[in-house]
Amino acid sequence: KLLTDTEVPIPSVVPGADPSARQLCFAWGPAEVLVCETLFGRRGGSPSRGEAGPGRAPPAGALTGRVAGTGDGGPSSSRVFVVRKDQDIYIQTLRKLFNESHGIFIGLQRSEEELAGKSRKAQLVQVSKNYRSVIRACMEDMHQAASKFVCSLTVSILSAMELIWNLCEILFVEAAAAGPLLLRLLDWVRLHVCDVDNMVREVLSSENPSKHELFWNAVDVFVLQGRMDEARHLLAKEASANPTSVNMYKTLDDLMKKMPVPSLGNTQTLTEMELKWQHWHEECQRYLQDGTFASNSHMESICKILLGDEDAILEKKELLTTWYQFLVTRLLYSHPTVKPMELRFYAQSSMDLFLGGESSPEPLDTILMAAFEFEMHQVIKECSIALSNWWFVAHLTDLLDHCKLLQSHNLYFGSNMREFLLLEYASGLFSHHSLWQLGVDYFDHCPEYGRVYLELHIERIPLNTEQKALKVLRICEQRQMHEQVRSICKIMAMKALRNNRLGSALSWSIRAKDAAFATLISDRFLKDYCERGCFSDLDLIDNLGPSMLLSDRLTFLGKYREFHRLYGEKRFSEAAKLLLMLMTAHIAPCSFWMTLLTDALPLLEQKEVIFSAEQTYELMRCLEDLTAGKSDKQKFQDDDVETMKVEMLRLALARNLARVIVKEGTLEGS
Amino acid sequence: MEDVCAKFVSQKISKTRWRPLPAAALQPPDLFATGSWDNEDNRISIWSVGDLGNVGLNGEYQGEPQLLCDIRHNGDVMDMQFLDQERIVVASSTGTVTVFRHHQNNQTLSANQRWEKAHYHVDQDTSCGGAACTGVICNNPEIVTVGEDGRINLFRADQKDAVRTIDNADSSTLHAVTFLRTTEILTVNSIGQLKIWDLRQQRNEPSQIFSLTGDRVPLHCVDRHPNQQHVVATGGQDGMLSVWDIRQGTMPVSLLNAHEAEMWEVHFHPSNPDHLFTCSEDGSLWHWDTSTDVAEKPSFLHQGGRSTTYFSHNTINQSVVSAWLSNDPTKDRMEITNLIPNQTLSVNSLDILGPCLVYGTDAEAIYVNRQLFA
Repeated sequence: KLLTDTEVPIPSVVPGADPSARQLCFAWGPAEVLVCETLFGRRGGSPSRGEAGPGRAPPAGALTGRVAGTGDGGPSSSRVFVVRKDQDIYIQTLRKLFNESHGIFIGLQRSEEELAGKSRKAQLVQVSKNYRSVIRACMEDMHQAASKFVCSLTVSILSAMELIWNLCEILFVEAAAAGPLLLRLLDWVRLHVCDVDNMVREVLSSENPSKHELFWNAVDVFVLQGRMDEARHLLAKEASANPTSVNMYKTLDDLMKKMPVPSLGNTQTLTEMELKWQHWHEECQRYLQDGTFASNSHMESICKILLGDEDAILEKKELLTTWYQFLVTRLLYSHPTVKPMELRFYAQSSMDLFLGGESSPEPLDTILMAAFEFEMHQVIKECSIALSNWWFVAHLTDLLDHCKLLQSHNLYFGSNMREFLLLEYASGLFSHHSLWQLGVDYFDHCPEYGRVYLELHIERIPLNTEQKALKVLRICEQRQMHEQVRSICKIMAMKALRNNRLGSALSWSIRAKDAAFATLISDRFLKDYCERGCFSDLDLIDNLGPSMLLSDRLTFLGKYREFHRLYGEKRFSEAAKLLLMLMTAHIAPCSFWMTLLTDALPLLEQKEVIFSAEQTYELMRCLEDLTAGKSDKQKFQDDDVETMKVEMLRLALARNLARVIVKEGTLEGS
Repeated sequence: MEDVCAKFVSQKISKTRWRPLPAAALQPPDLFATGSWDNEDNRISIWSVGDLGNVGLNGEYQGEPQLLCDIRHNGDVMDMQFLDQERIVVASSTGTVTVFRHHQNNQTLSANQRWEKAHYHVDQDTSCGGAACTGVICNNPEIVTVGEDGRINLFRADQKDAVRTIDNADSSTLHAVTFLRTTEILTVNSIGQLKIWDLRQQRNEPSQIFSLTGDRVPLHCVDRHPNQQHVVATGGQDGMLSVWDIRQGTMPVSLLNAHEAEMWEVHFHPSNPDHLFTCSEDGSLWHWDTSTDVAEKPSFLHQGGRSTTYFSHNTINQSVVSAWLSNDPTKDRMEITNLIPNQTLSVNSLDILGPCLVYGTDAEAIYVNRQLFA
């Protein structure tokens, strides 16, 4: 039912933009929309909203508009608005909520599915309680730091979220049965209706509570919330002050003491409870009818409340404050063994009675009503619309899904609802400059589209330091996202290259196993060598190890450097052999052959003969291959230096050949 | 573990450091500093854990760390070291190195000294081009910094200009630095090398290079044994712990499989170096304990004949050789415990002093354990 085609998307107002004067255009981005004013005025037909096509969700609740545009804000200036769907993500104080609940979420995903029946349920209830305690901790923090004006708004959102969550926990997660259900609902009301607590505290802390003007209000509050012991305690004070009517007090006290309550354990059956309750109810009825409390209107009204008299309860509307407290009070005194499925009738009539047509239900009322009606999907949908964050619906839906309550519900687009909401929430996290790391785990637990979302989002993380790049890289590597690994390494390699850090650049391309880029960098190294006559970054090139094999050019770079080392160590014959091999095995690029041959010159000119006759022939062939490969036209263009080099080489080769023939001839002859 | 207390601080923590104790102090440390990263607005914060109001009946500490003061920091906090009781040196991703002073009388922080763009690419004077400063180490008044630009800077806390700069000291990124002796430093880089630099020599070359064989796995952290200066531990990208004996060879003495992802920090316990602590991107924090066979070690306190009976097999030799350098460290000599049971996000930093451990995570929480050896 969530977000179907037939529903009209909710229009969202972008503050500052004026669609009546100019047409707006927009572009979808991950978790945000760019909106800008066009040059076109508004003419005739209004372009319909939601043109992005079906499958796109209307943004949840309030949107934030952020003017990121240029200009002085005048009417003619063109501005770009960044419209974000999840505005609560940016509230600093809620970061604790996002981080702590992330841990709970991970714990829930890892938890043992095998746990059977009861223990599994207990586990899920505990998870639900943990989520709520995080919300409460956040509220407490905000109360402590209550200085900023945004806080009060956020606190009220948080407290509404906790209220809804708690009710869902009772009805869906724990699925309390008739009997315990009422006790849970009473706890729920007591926990969340705090306004009256202050009044009660004021009465109790006064010098003589029974003379306080709000004394009876305090007693009523206790009775309405079913807090019998506290009500009796207060009444006892009053009784001791009025020795004349002590009997009347005693009777009421007795009634309140005897009131049967459902038990949490299995000590009594529902029928037993109902019997007892019937008996007690009749007793109350008797006292009311014989006028025991006629002399005291307060006590008479309490007795009426005990009997579940709706009018008497409604008279205390001020003390009840909300229709759902009225509902629980009504249930307590009229239908203590209410079954979950009967709740909807009482809830609806309670709301109608309480609001009395004076005011229309607010979003919170609608949500709670949907919960009492066991319309889980409606609850989630209403919450998505009313709340300005995805946190709540995403986590609640995930929990309900783990309770196996949301099965067989497929959306006509995307995956199921749980995944849809988790994806939205995680996308919001990814649009945050710092919380993106949390989003990763949420995507991991979206089986259908999580991976694709992660791939799209992770590439958009700005990489300002290598350490951050390493963290992003680790995320990608753990998930075998090869494409993203390549792209991150390439970005980092390019950055390093731009900063003239060839060593770093090479490290990055080796990590990505990016042969093409390694070749590019190797060429830069070789070019630097040709220009300066010495190698930079020897510490790296000397330690290439097996990564040398990544690209041909890198292999050549490593081997060429090895040649220089051998030469430097005066191991001439080894050096000569390596040099020749670089050409004959076609490891060296053709463009570099001339340099290599020039490097051979000093070896050819050594006192002792280094190249054998065979090797000299090979060198000559290399030289001829090189010169023959060039067209006549190119030859013309070659400067004199080049021609001279060739001539010098030919001469040196010829002389070496002569020397080696003599040497080899004499050696053989001897 | 109940004795660990956590606090969510709404910023990703990149560094945590205990304030050093005065020489004759007997009480445990009570103040630590944290730095954040990847925020629009990064901060250096000072926290107190020794609040007297929170001490429980048995004198044990209860309650979470309290924020004393904080100050904005430009760029990610890449590294952080206390210079003395009051001053903290902070390395920034913008390449700037700042000394902050903690004024304890009115609990404020202020920038005391700043070296703008101590690390940079290409040209120091252009408006952009700062290179992240990745590591800093102090030996009052000397401060050594290393960075992504492969540069090594030596500063003195009271001097405006760098005392010594080695440009292009390393062709790859330098990840961490530590003092070996007062004039020698150790650096680790992103191609698996450990280098010793002698700052007395004017040559811009390392005096010794050690390296991991094979895959050139980047090294991220380094620490030196507090008593046996030749024993050095490093942590790598693959989560491996390497122990080196810098008197011999060019390869690590032992390689110990540890974490599943980058090891961000490694620390010998400063006064109890049989214990070592490492933390990692995989969200774990390990306690390495080589003191398990303590019963076998010769005890000079027990003069009675009992101790001599334990002088069996290898203990006589082993007592001289560091436990960390024994050839077979896996052989029931080392006890390893993961101190974080439900790990999720990266543990970026840890620090230990006396019985106290503090660590910070990407899940925006700081944790303090005040009874490490309890």
